[in-house]
Amino acid sequence: MKSSFHGTEAKQKNMSEAINVQHGAAHVEHHDAHSHGHHKETFVSKYIFSMDHKTIAKQFLITGIIWAIVGGLFSVLFRLQLGYPGQSFPILETFFGNWAKGGQIQPEFYYALITMHGTVLVFFVLTAGLSGTFANFLIPLQIGARDMASPFLNMLSYWFFFLASVVMISSLFISTGPASGGWTVYPPLSALGQASSGSKLGMDLWIVSMALFVVSSLLGGLNYISTILNLRTKGMSMTRMPLTIWALFFTAVLGVLSFPVLLSGLILLLFDRNLGTSFYLSDIVVNGEILANEGGSAILFQHLFWFLGHPEVYIILLPAMGMVSEILSVNSRKPIFGYMAMLGSLFAITILAFLVWAHHMFVTGLNPFLGSIFVLLTLLIAVPSAIKVFNWLTTLWRGNIRFTPATLFAIGFVSLFISGGLTGIFLGNSTIDIHLHDTMFVVAHFHIVMGVASMFGMFAGIYHWFPKMFGRYLNSTLGYIHFWVTMIGSYLIFWPMHYQGLAGIPRRYLDKRGWVSFNDFPELDKMITIVSIIVFAVQLMFVFNFFYSIFKGRKVTNPNPWGANTLEWTTPLRPGHGNWDGEIPEVHRWAYDYGKDGREFIPQTEPIGENESKH
Amino acid sequence: MATTGTVHQTKWWSGGKSPFNLEYGKLMMWYFLMSDAFTFGAFLISYGSIRFSQNFWPDPNVVFNAFPGAGHANLPLAFVSVMTFILIVSSVTMVLAVHAGHKGDKKGVIKWMWWTILGGLAFLGCQAWEWHHLITGEHAVLVDGKIEMIGQTMTGNPWGNIVEDNTALTAALNTTSHETLVHLAHEFPKEGTATSIEALEKMSNAQLSGMVDVAHAHIREKGPVAFGGYFYGITGFHGFHVFSGVIINIVMLIMTQKNVFANRGHYLMIEKAGLYWHFVDLVWVFVFLCFYLI
Repeated sequence: MKSSFHGTEAKQKNMSEAINVQHGAAHVEHHDAHSHGHHKETFVSKYIFSMDHKTIAKQFLITGIIWAIVGGLFSVLFRLQLGYPGQSFPILETFFGNWAKGGQIQPEFYYALITMHGTVLVFFVLTAGLSGTFANFLIPLQIGARDMASPFLNMLSYWFFFLASVVMISSLFISTGPASGGWTVYPPLSALGQASSGSKLGMDLWIVSMALFVVSSLLGGLNYISTILNLRTKGMSMTRMPLTIWALFFTAVLGVLSFPVLLSGLILLLFDRNLGTSFYLSDIVVNGEILANEGGSAILFQHLFWFLGHPEVYIILLPAMGMVSEILSVNSRKPIFGYMAMLGSLFAITILAFLVWAHHMFVTGLNPFLGSIFVLLTLLIAVPSAIKVFNWLTTLWRGNIRFTPATLFAIGFVSLFISGGLTGIFLGNSTIDIHLHDTMFVVAHFHIVMGVASMFGMFAGIYHWFPKMFGRYLNSTLGYIHFWVTMIGSYLIFWPMHYQGLAGIPRRYLDKRGWVSFNDFPELDKMITIVSIIVFAVQLMFVFNFFYSIFKGRKVTNPNPWGANTLEWTTPLRPGHGNWDGEIPEVHRWAYDYGKDGREFIPQTEPIGENESKH
Repeated sequence: MATTGTVHQTKWWSGGKSPFNLEYGKLMMWYFLMSDAFTFGAFLISYGSIRFSQNFWPDPNVVFNAFPGAGHANLPLAFVSVMTFILIVSSVTMVLAVHAGHKGDKKGVIKWMWWTILGGLAFLGCQAWEWHHLITGEHAVLVDGKIEMIGQTMTGNPWGNIVEDNTALTAALNTTSHETLVHLAHEFPKEGTATSIEALEKMSNAQLSGMVDVAHAHIREKGPVAFGGYFYGITGFHGFHVFSGVIINIVMLIMTQKNVFANRGHYLMIEKAGLYWHFVDLVWVFVFLCFYLI
């Protein structure tokens, strides 16, 4: 490159400097990797304030698991109320005191529980716990990088999440209780302290916690994007990347562009709460007192919230989709069907994710003409979704499937995604939504398609990559029990809710006995509650399996236990900081050469043979 | 064109090098700026949606007509033009700092970073003056049948329509506080009744009411409260960005002086700080447009 046709010498010097910077950083880490055997790390630098992406991933995962137990327990508690309204459980009073006076869950407590269940599961488990874990763990390992672009910002990303967690947890222990206006925190309920006890300090803590969470998500997302774009090993072109990485890339883009809008919305909410402004408030009377606020719009908050809220659904779903693609291909010993179609549909979903938010607001008085546009855009998502589903099914089709727990969970994901996706077509129609909005049908829909499905993706990922994370296997028998009980249990819990919703039963009601029209299914509610307790118990069994296997699980002896093509399996059994002992391997092919030319699998590092057929 | 071939063979996207030929930190900065643009975008779109749902919105030429040291002279948008000019000049000096960095000219970097920091501080100073002036400058407003003096705050806006109904205003004087009447009688006396404040303070309310020339007092209705909330919210959020930009620039200046970049062999960090600074400038252009010009 000594030509002067393409710019001045100074510019070229600058360009090559930029590249040197990047490679310079790689060399430094490279050096570290060589000496990591000798180089002493303290407990704090290795396990707590670690800059190793693998440790940070485990921190995200374990924090996420703790949150999942908390959030899951909340759902068991409010299911008790829904299944057994009016019945006394003295043990609840022992643990929760005034929140469960006389062993009965109090209304304020019930609303705090459902609000916190949603917040915790959506943000702390399925955003931080899912993409925080797997983006951190898989991106450098699968693209062939020693670490993230900025390990320091990556560490900060975890610790901001940790701080957010501390603030959110602390809100559970204050006397007025945590936020309790629903996880969507719509004003005016969330904006006025006098509206409910949960709208007092708990709501401020919720906002502060979420602001910290947005910072964490931003730092993480910037790192994921620039790592994927800049630090791929030689030969790892964008279209040779495993679909996990593509999914995590789009997830990060979604997060970087949608969370700031939530932040703006929350800052305005904080102002309305504490500085007397009227961004969301107008013409309000509380307890006979006419408030001075005027000119604001509560609907404005809904727009700002759902501009994040809808992409958030895909922030949760895309990582699961990526991991499921990878796991299904590896375990059916077949190339992923339609790699480019998968990629294109991920891209289409990412774009559409930003254009459908108002389908959460069909009944707010939205202009019906505008509604019809959002109906169209919403139903368009069915196209890339269907492409993905057919590709998963055709990947499995006539495959030599190994039914590991990870495979089962991946197949379970596809099943749930189909079931929940179909009900999305109902809800995406603004006219049908008039009947179905705010009913149990909505609860059933989003739990299946986004909540449970993504949990399945996460479980699949944990079972599949546990050997790489900890050098040991999870116990498979417990894994099979975990899968079947969770799979059957999830359908038993959420399928009946569709019927409840179609029959008009509203969500969020504390006690339906007072309404003749809503009191049709008390036995069904009991059944759902019993099943959810069983399913929750099985999750605790999984948590036991997880922690037990970290220390006592069967040791991994084969560096590539699943016979997979991707780069993470070319690292040592327990890779140190820097991932590869020697040079980073070069990549010569895509990640999905399974069953090609009579060979079971061909790792990405193997050069293309002379007589090799094209894929 | 013999080398064109080699350039084409450089496969930026096939791994092993940065596809945009950008160092990762710069890439991160670009994505961060996109993210931040969405934050500001959300604020400005919220502002627009509320503003256009109101029947009335204050005229910026009336609200922003003061200039430090110019007393009551009516100078619409003069001061904010100075502020904008300062910020844009600071962007120019930032460009010069980055340019000096490219040439490895440490002295030049230091010089232009100093000017950029000063420009940022000057802008913040102007903003502080403008906020102080708006909050403390009180204006007569007809509220619930009496006249009050209110400033431009988060919860109150004195910039509604001018009240033309002189009988209503004269009636309102009867219920208006002594302090406000003294002020009105002093600022807007009827012909031939001008007196000193001390003398006015000793008079009764009834006497004072008779001395106020309501027809020329420019007494207004209350304006939409959203004006203050959005104005202070968004210019404050922007000011916070300028403030953090100044802090970043100071850190860059110290690092330059300590030869951190000279030893590193490049001044890329100055370039990244520059990206942020220009972004903050660009946001101001939109804030300026939305609050002062439209």
